Amino acid sequence: MTERYLPLMATVTVFLALFVTGGVLYEHFFSTLVLGHILADNAFIIIAAIGTTFVILSGGIDLSIGSMIGFVGVVMARLDTLGWHPLASAAVLLAFGLLFGAAQGYIIDFCDIQPFIITLAGLFMLRGACFMVTLDSIPIRHPFVDAFADTSIPLPGDGFLASSAIVMLVVLAGAIAIAHFTRFGTNVYAIGGDRASAVLMGVPMRRTTVMIYALGGFYSALGGVIYALYTSSGYPLAGTGNELNAIAAVVLGGTLLTGGVGMVAGTLFGGMILGLIATLIIFHGSLNGAWIMIASGVLLFLFIVVQRSLVGSFNLRRSS
Amino acid sequence: MTAPLPPSFSGRLRELTSHRATWPLLALAVILVVDGFVAPGFFTIRIVEGRLFGSLIDILYRAVPTALVALGMAVVIGTKGIDLSVGSIIAVVGATIAWRIQEGDPHFVILLTALGVGLLCGLWNGFLVAVLDIQPIIATLILMVSGRGIGLMINLIYGGTNPSFTSPLLQGLSVGSIGLVPTRLIVFAAVFVALWLLIRRTALGLFVEAVGGNAAAADLAGVRSRLIKYSAYLISGLCAGWAGVILTADTHTSDPVSVALYIELDAILAVVIGGGSLAGGRIYLGMTVLGALVIQTLTTSILMSGLPPEYNLLVKAVVVLFVLLLQSNNARNAVLALVRRRKR
Amino acid sequence: MADTSTPRIELLGVSKSFPGVRALENVELRLNAGEVHALLGENGAGKSTLIKIMTGAVPRDAGEIRLDGRPVQIGTTADARALGISTVYQEVNLIPTMTVTKNLTLERQPRRFGLISWRRARALARQRLKRLNLEIDTEKPLGSYSVAIQQLVAIARALEDDTRVLVLDEPTASLDATETELLFQIVRDLKASGIAIVFITHFLDQVYQIADRISVLRNGRLVGTGPTAELPRLKLISLMLGRELGTVEAHLASHASLASGEPVLAAKGLGRRRTMAPFDLSLRAGEVVGLAGLLGSGRTETAKLLFGAIRPDSGELVLDGKPVPHNSPRQSLRSGVAFCPEDRKAEGLLGELSVRENIMLALQTKRGWLRRLGRDEQKRLAQEMIKALAIATPDAEKPVGQLSGGNQQKVVLARSLASQPKVLILDEPTRGIDVGAHADVVRLIRRLCSEGLALLVASSELDELVAVSDRVAVLRDRRKVGEMAGADITRENIIRTIAGR
Repeated sequence: MTERYLPLMATVTVFLALFVTGGVLYEHFFSTLVLGHILADNAFIIIAAIGTTFVILSGGIDLSIGSMIGFVGVVMARLDTLGWHPLASAAVLLAFGLLFGAAQGYIIDFCDIQPFIITLAGLFMLRGACFMVTLDSIPIRHPFVDAFADTSIPLPGDGFLASSAIVMLVVLAGAIAIAHFTRFGTNVYAIGGDRASAVLMGVPMRRTTVMIYALGGFYSALGGVIYALYTSSGYPLAGTGNELNAIAAVVLGGTLLTGGVGMVAGTLFGGMILGLIATLIIFHGSLNGAWIMIASGVLLFLFIVVQRSLVGSFNLRRSS
Repeated sequence: MTAPLPPSFSGRLRELTSHRATWPLLALAVILVVDGFVAPGFFTIRIVEGRLFGSLIDILYRAVPTALVALGMAVVIGTKGIDLSVGSIIAVVGATIAWRIQEGDPHFVILLTALGVGLLCGLWNGFLVAVLDIQPIIATLILMVSGRGIGLMINLIYGGTNPSFTSPLLQGLSVGSIGLVPTRLIVFAAVFVALWLLIRRTALGLFVEAVGGNAAAADLAGVRSRLIKYSAYLISGLCAGWAGVILTADTHTSDPVSVALYIELDAILAVVIGGGSLAGGRIYLGMTVLGALVIQTLTTSILMSGLPPEYNLLVKAVVVLFVLLLQSNNARNAVLALVRRRKR
Repeated sequence: MADTSTPRIELLGVSKSFPGVRALENVELRLNAGEVHALLGENGAGKSTLIKIMTGAVPRDAGEIRLDGRPVQIGTTADARALGISTVYQEVNLIPTMTVTKNLTLERQPRRFGLISWRRARALARQRLKRLNLEIDTEKPLGSYSVAIQQLVAIARALEDDTRVLVLDEPTASLDATETELLFQIVRDLKASGIAIVFITHFLDQVYQIADRISVLRNGRLVGTGPTAELPRLKLISLMLGRELGTVEAHLASHASLASGEPVLAAKGLGRRRTMAPFDLSLRAGEVVGLAGLLGSGRTETAKLLFGAIRPDSGELVLDGKPVPHNSPRQSLRSGVAFCPEDRKAEGLLGELSVRENIMLALQTKRGWLRRLGRDEQKRLAQEMIKALAIATPDAEKPVGQLSGGNQQKVVLARSLASQPKVLILDEPTRGIDVGAHADVVRLIRRLCSEGLALLVASSELDELVAVSDRVAVLRDRRKVGEMAGADITRENIIRTIAGR
């Protein structure tokens, strides 16, 4: 029972260790206020990473996340200038994300092309589409945005849970249900664990692949919606490089990049570790953004090396 | 040599359409012809201030960094690998150059240092892939994530952000020309020839293709596959190092955050357009350069056509998708079936 | 025991061809309820094709299948399952990263309010394991259990309430003695419940332990069938290894051994734990040494140990009188030892590369990467080999993946020959090639030998070994159990040594 949760526990331990370290080093760090801020600031990336978790669990990869976040943002902002309610445009864009992901999944399975290259085309396409919508940052002025920003749940201490964090936790719960309590979720794990065996065991490959990438598209579109609402604007360069952050969050969350092993809940902590590192470095003051990247890279390296030794512990059968 | 065909393929036209050079050349030709109509004087090459000048030269000029990176990528992809870290390597190289210039190193030493840094990055990637046996996508992701940060750190050594500088040597590499020809074209040609000699005049290319095609079989045939994989990442690092030198020379500054953004994607694209399969087993150096040219011509054409540059990425994406679908048997068959039904 | 009047399942006149290969020819197989039926044969005899036809994985060209006397159509694996025919393949086709419960319930998890109820799934999984008297923690990943347990879980998964036929494809291949006994206990229980069981294995001891009847396939034909008691070990082995084809000349008297002097290559106590027990073996110039033994007896392992493709953990290898400290394929090639692998798809061919490139690869690695063979030289070499081995290809630039099986085999052979070896190790050189190519290869082996090459030929074709060998080393259960030379090399002798009686 415990074995399965080992990677998750490792991730949570790293998170707690970092958090406590921050508390020892800086006054006011170890508080729900900081925690709430980390959750709010990183909600959009964690949401997108949750979708990516499914993709990576199936042994695939999705590079179109960052562009999707940017695209959703600029379209929402543009629709705002046309008088749309943000919720209406969000609904349309979530449907778009779902369909776009599904199309990527279909091409991957039908043409038997590596997900890497198809979602790379997706990255280009959506970023290009961003620039076609606008070249400048467009503010979203609808009163709903302020209402959204003002909504929060107070936490013990002087912290609070921002609306974006609330949305994130709700969809996280949904994702956990999908991953662990539906046939689709089990099929994702099966495909990622051993593709050939999954086929022989009767897993419907095409349908599952399409659904995996559709889910990925949906979650990254939702990440884009949250990001647009959180920043109350749409900017065509928004989300650049976020696909890497999302992948890093998934890996730090204990999901194997080779697929088949991992937990959606881990991604929450993986994303929070990334946010925590950024916060720690900002608290330090004299360190700059470079450290965030380097620290992420070092952590990624450590996790991947640990993962490799973990994979080796499975008794994979060889033909005699 | 012809590209692999399914046994049922026959007929000369079919053979021509399936030759790997046909489609990229056709694509390039179509783009150029369209350009000729859109922009009068597109094909004119003049001599201005003692160097060649004109749209075609401009395309070549701008294609150099991507083409350099793509050459290294072609070798790595030949081993069934991939190198996502090339953009980050360029950032680190740029920062190193800026730093050493501030320190007052001789220019030639700086050039060597820059290439050495590229090689060092390749050493790291090769270590992860060939020694630790980590999947290439993941292994190179590590440097991709942290490389730009390392670049920023180097900038910090002497306190500057995006430090700018002047350097006659780099100036020469960027805009200088030897005789009529821009220096960087000559540099590129030299790198290409050197790499071509290394790959095709020694047995390295064959070994790389053997490892990419079937590593177990290559091992049994006496190829040291780990060493071959390692060398591929070294080559890629070195090529990225050269690209870093030229890109840094162009901007006279080190900007690790935004330099060569997405260049890894362009490079992979160039390899794929050039007919290289991501499944490994083949290196087409010349075709890869052709692929890089197609990409740059497309970019330049979009700029010239009066379309806003924003369309660039979108058009690129459509081209990739088209090329990929063309390479897929399933998609080709589906289209053929559709065409046949039409005829009936 | 069982009602023998109507067999549980009957395959009548089943034939199957793949491009270039006749996999099965007019094969009959009868299984009674409550019987364990061993299906035997060497690699490529047609066992797996027959199984795949029975389970709907491969369509048959001709023939009929009857289940309990009624003709049935089996078009897909789902059809077979619906009819109560279940299969457990040699390699566990389960997901090692998932829990036992998930593996056992993958396509039919019990649900509650639309979501999977893992409580009920666990109960279901335990219930399925209980039929095999297996009590394990179903919440651990399958991969954390031993291969034996994984194998049992695979059986539990395959068994339905209405299973009538159970196919076990080499279930004991990676099990030790205790694990095998555990499996056999379960097989006996299943048998008692009236299930007809097809048991494929290459361990003859196990056949006599568990099987009620035996059928033997060779080269796609049924060459013998009957109750276990009526097929003693010697007869069984000769059925499996015999060849009735008259194409191979008998061991010619004129083929006097040309071998002389010191061994070129000698193994002294060479071995590796769990792979091959330490053995002595020497090869002299101008001599063919055969390596005989059943499938799984260590033929390939012996060949690879000698070539350095498997790293030994005991003993030493002596080449030209000098010990070789750290052997590797590259080292071997450089010092004049070449190897032609059995599994050419996985270990031999570079399908995307041309015939020319495939042929020159080993010679090139021998020369090192800097001293590249010139293009003209490559072409000459390729042409020479194409001619010498009669490789059917339009030109040397054709990707080798597009050639037929026999010609692919010749290309891999050509690669080892092109490296100009002193010692050539051939693992199943005639596997999967047609009779004409077969004769070519046998002739070639003889010619090379007369040119002073030292050859080691590992083969499952006894007549082939008898025809070409000056000496034969016999292997059983990953151990060298005998060696014979000259006039002692006869089918009967080899078979007796393999049987160990």
